[in-house]
Amino acid sequence: MPHSTMMDEDQTMSNPLPSSPPFASSIAQQAPDTFDSSPRNEGNGNEQVELEKLFDDNNLASEDEFSYPTSSAITKEISNLTIPSSSPLPLPAYPAQIESGSRFSDPDIMLAFYRRLFPFRILYQWLNHGYKPSADMANRELALTLQGDVYLRYQSYAAPDLLRKDILRQNPARFEIGPVYNTNPRDRKSLHKTSSFKPVAKELCFDIDLTDYDDIRTCCKGASICLKCWQFATMAVKVVDACLREDFGFEHIMWVYSGRRGVHGWVCDKRAREMNDEKRRAIAGYLGVVLGSADKKINIRRPLHPHLQRSLKILAPYFQKDILRDQDPWQTTDQTDRLLKLLPDQALSQALKKKWDSAPGRSSTSKWKDIDSVASSGVSANLDEKALLAAKQDVLLQYTYPRLDIEVSKKLNHLLKSPFVVHPGTGRICVPIPISTRKDGKQDWSALDDFNPLTVPTVIEILNEIDAWDSRELANQAQVMDEQDSSQNAVHDSNGQRQDKVPDFAKTALKPFVEYFKSFVADLIKAESRSLKRDRDEDGNGEAEMRPESMDF
Amino acid sequence: MFRQGDSRIEAKRKNTINPKRKQFANAQYQQQEYPFRLSIYQLPPTADITLEQFEQWAIDRLRILAELEACSFRRRTGPETSDHMEPLLKKYLPLNANPASGVVEDFLKAERQKDHYSHWILRLAFSKTPELRERFARVEKRLFELRFQKSYEEEKQAFVSSLDFDWETVSVEERAEFAEQLAAVVPRRSDLEDGFWFKVDWERVPELVQERKVFLRRGKAYVPAREQISMVVAEFTTRLEKALEQTARALPRMDEDDRLMPILDHISKSFAMPDAALADAETAVPGAPITHSTIDTLARQHFPMCMKHLHNTLRKDSHLKYSGRLQYTLFLKGIGLSLEECLVFWRQSFKNKTDDQFNKEYSYNVKHSYGEVGGDANRRGKGYSPYSCQKILTDAPPGPGQAHGCPYKHFAPDSLSSLLQANGVDDVTVLKGVREDVVQKRYHIACNRVFEWSHQAQLKKVKNDGSWTGTDLEVIVHPNTYFKRSYLLKNSVKDADDSDNMET
Repeated sequence: MPHSTMMDEDQTMSNPLPSSPPFASSIAQQAPDTFDSSPRNEGNGNEQVELEKLFDDNNLASEDEFSYPTSSAITKEISNLTIPSSSPLPLPAYPAQIESGSRFSDPDIMLAFYRRLFPFRILYQWLNHGYKPSADMANRELALTLQGDVYLRYQSYAAPDLLRKDILRQNPARFEIGPVYNTNPRDRKSLHKTSSFKPVAKELCFDIDLTDYDDIRTCCKGASICLKCWQFATMAVKVVDACLREDFGFEHIMWVYSGRRGVHGWVCDKRAREMNDEKRRAIAGYLGVVLGSADKKINIRRPLHPHLQRSLKILAPYFQKDILRDQDPWQTTDQTDRLLKLLPDQALSQALKKKWDSAPGRSSTSKWKDIDSVASSGVSANLDEKALLAAKQDVLLQYTYPRLDIEVSKKLNHLLKSPFVVHPGTGRICVPIPISTRKDGKQDWSALDDFNPLTVPTVIEILNEIDAWDSRELANQAQVMDEQDSSQNAVHDSNGQRQDKVPDFAKTALKPFVEYFKSFVADLIKAESRSLKRDRDEDGNGEAEMRPESMDF
Repeated sequence: MFRQGDSRIEAKRKNTINPKRKQFANAQYQQQEYPFRLSIYQLPPTADITLEQFEQWAIDRLRILAELEACSFRRRTGPETSDHMEPLLKKYLPLNANPASGVVEDFLKAERQKDHYSHWILRLAFSKTPELRERFARVEKRLFELRFQKSYEEEKQAFVSSLDFDWETVSVEERAEFAEQLAAVVPRRSDLEDGFWFKVDWERVPELVQERKVFLRRGKAYVPAREQISMVVAEFTTRLEKALEQTARALPRMDEDDRLMPILDHISKSFAMPDAALADAETAVPGAPITHSTIDTLARQHFPMCMKHLHNTLRKDSHLKYSGRLQYTLFLKGIGLSLEECLVFWRQSFKNKTDDQFNKEYSYNVKHSYGEVGGDANRRGKGYSPYSCQKILTDAPPGPGQAHGCPYKHFAPDSLSSLLQANGVDDVTVLKGVREDVVQKRYHIACNRVFEWSHQAQLKKVKNDGSWTGTDLEVIVHPNTYFKRSYLLKNSVKDADDSDNMET
C-alpha cells in the first residue's frame, strides 16, 4: 500500500484522533466485526427483499426530495444487523492509519455505502442534464470495476433506479464515467457498421495529479501527499478554473477530489460537452505550457499571453509562500544549479553560485531575493533586465503552473472516475470541493483553501457516523418515549417517522459535499432548460410543451 | 386505371411533398452578379454555357490545381508558390480585383464566371470518392488562400463582410478597454493599431486558440486581422467539404450521361496524375520545324536523357519494345510532331519490318496514341498525354531489352555515367553531382543538373538580360518541358546572336 508515513503523520496531527489508544489497537478486529459478522450475512436474503421494497417506495415517493433511504426505514434493517442499535458504546472514529487497501473495497462495506449513502439520483440528474430521463444518460457509458478487478465497460442506464439497482447488484469497487454515444452503448454490437458507434458528448475533464510534480516537490513523492504539496493542486485548480470561466466562458465547473493525490475537473456546460476532439485539443493546448523537467528551460512567447499574465498574478503569492517557504526547493547545490541554469546571464549565475556556496543553509526565499540584489549590484556589465525578468517569470511558472494530465482533456471518449465513489486505496470518498460562486460572480475559494484531502471522510468513518447518529436518535426517542410512558412499538409510529426523516448522508460528514453537488446539479439543470427553451423559441414553436420538471423532482 | 404516384400531383406541389427534391425548389435561375473577386462558391451556376466552355474551363482550373499541388509536393514555401503560380493564374484563371471606380466591368464578370463555373464543374468531377474529395478540397483551399492573401485590405474586408459569417467587428471602445490584452496577443505594434479585430465564438478558430494567438474573453475569441485568413479559410473548407458530400450523394441521380459524364470522367482521371494535365499546347513549340527528318538533330541537341536513350536504342536496333514506343511516341506528339510525320518516322526507323508488318503491328499503336483510333470516340479525346517524369519514374521499370523509363533511376550508376559521357556530358563535377543525386533518389535534380550544365552559356545569358524569369527557370519535371526549354534557349540565343545554322 503506497501510503507514506508522511501522510499519516500529517493526518494524525491535523486530526484530533484517535479517541483512545485501546480503540486504535482494537480496530483491526472491530471493523470486520462491525460489518462481516454472520448474523447479518444470514439476513442477506431478507435484506434483499426489503431493499427492493424500500427502493420502490422511494421511486414513487415524490414527497421526498431524494431517494435516500431514510432512517425510519433503515432502523428496521439496523435492528437486523449485528450492531445493536442501542449499543451503549460510542462508536470509534476511525484513525488515519489504515493499512490494508483491500479493506475499503470490501464488498459488504461497499454495498452498505451504495445502499445508504451514494447519491445515485443526483448523479443521474447530473449526467442526464435534466430530471426527465433522456438520451444524455441512456446512451452514456459507465464502466464498472468489479470486485476482483474485472473491468466492465459500456454499461448504460436509462433511469436512475436502474442505475442504482445495477450498481447494488454488481457492487463495483468503483466506476467511471464515459461519453454519451450516438446510440445506446449496450447495443453497439448490433449496429450495422461498428464504425458508426461514436461518442458525441462528454464533460470536458481535467486531471491534476500530484505525481506530476515530483521533480519540484520536496515534501512527498509518488502517491503520498501532505498539506504542503496539496497547495500545488490548489494553485492548479485556481488557474484552470479562472481560465475556463474568464476565457472560455464556462460556468458549470466542478472540482472533485480524486480520493488520493489529485483533483478532477468536470466542465459540464452544454457548450463544453459538445466539443469534438479538435476543440478539446485546442483547450488543452491553450492551457498547456510545455514544462519540461525542472532543469529544462521553458520557452514562452513574449509578450505574455493574457492568460499567462493572469496566471502569474494568481500564482505569485503561492510562489512566495508555498514554494519558496514551504517547499524550499533550492536547498542543495544540485537544486540551485538547476535554478542557475535557467537564468540568462552567465556572470550573474556565477556570482550567485559563489554567494550561495559560501552560505549553505540559506533559504530559498533569500536566494530568490538574491537574484535581484546581485543583479542590481552590477555584477554583470551587460545584463539584460528584460531577459532576467522573463527568466524569473519562467521559473515561477515552472514551479507553480498547473501540470495537467492532458490526455484526459483531449479525448472525447476518455473515462474518468465518478464523483462520490470510494477510492480503493485510501477508502476516501471522491467528494466535490464545494467551491461556490459569490453574488458578485466571483468564485468563493474558501472551501478550496480550507480543503484538506487528508481529512476527507473515508467510507468506514461515514458508515459509522450513521450508526452513531441513529443510536443517538434512538436513545433520544427512547427517552422521550419513556417520559411519555409509551410502549416500545411507538418508536415507529407516524410521529416518530416524520421526525426521523433525515437522509443518511445528512447524518455524516458527507453532508456538505452532497448538498453542494445537489445545488451544482440544480444550477446546471436550470441553465440547461433555459438553453433548451431558447432553442425551442428560436425554432419558432416556443410554447410547444411545458416540462413538468418540478413534479418530476 | 387508377394512376398513382407523382404524375397526379401537379409539378409545383412536388417540391414541397418530396423533401429530396426540395433543394431544387427555388433554384435561382438568374445570372449572378459577381460583385467580388473572391467567392466561396455558395450558389451553383445556373446560366448556360457551351460544352466546349465546360470542358475548357474545367481543364484550365485543373491545370492550376495540379500545379498548386505540385508546389506542395515540392515543399515550396508560401512566397515561392505564390511567385510560381502568379503567371499561371494570369494565363489560365485570371481573376482581377474591382477597379477603383468600383464598377464591375464585363471582362471582370467573365473572369469571375469562369472561376465560378470551373469550380462547380470540378466539384462534379471530384466528388465521387472520399480521396478525390479530400484532395480537391485541399487544393481548392490552397488556391483560395493564395488569392485571399493577394487581395487588398479593403477588398478583403468587403468580401468578408459580404459573407454573412456571424463575426462581430470589435468596436473601438472595446479595443481600448482590452488594449493591454490585445497588445499581448500580437507581436508587432503595427498589427494592433491598424487592421480590424474580429470577435467570434472561440470554437470557430480552435487552432488559433491552441496556439494562444488570440485573446479570449467569455467564450469569444478576439482575432487580429492578420489571422483572419485562417477563419475565412476554415469556413471555406468546412463548407466545401459539406457541399462535396452532398454532391456525391446527388451525382448518381444526375440525369445525364452522354454529354457531361465522359468529360467529367476524363477530368477526374487526369487529376489522378498531377502532372499529366500538361497538354500538348504547353510543350509544343509553335513554328518549330519538327518533322520526321529533323528528329535526329533535335534528339542530339534537345532531348532529355530518357528520350535520347530511346532514340539511340531505336537507331541501334531499328526497334523499340511496346513501352518504349509508347513513351517515345507520346513525347514526340508532345513536341509537336504530327501524326503523319510520326508514322513516317516510325516506318523509317523500323527498317527491318515490311510495310505489311508495320501497318499490321505498329501503326495502330501510334494512331491510338494520337487518339485517332480505338475505344469510344467520345472518350478518347486527343489520345494519351505525354508522360511526365513522375509517371515515368513510377511506372514499371524497364526489363531486359526494354529502353523506356528514366536512366537516372533505372540505370546502375556506372552505366549511367557512361551513358552521360557518350552523350557529351564530360564534366567531372557534373558527373559526380549526378551520382550523388541518384544515390539520394533525386532523379529529377540529376536531370536538371545535366540540363543546366549543357545549357550553361545560354542560361547565363537569358538570366543576365532578364528575358527569362522565375517560372521559366523552374525545376523541370516533364520531358517535354526539357525539350521546350532547351529548344527555346538555343533559339532565343541564336536570334540574339543572329548567327546560326541550326535546323532550317
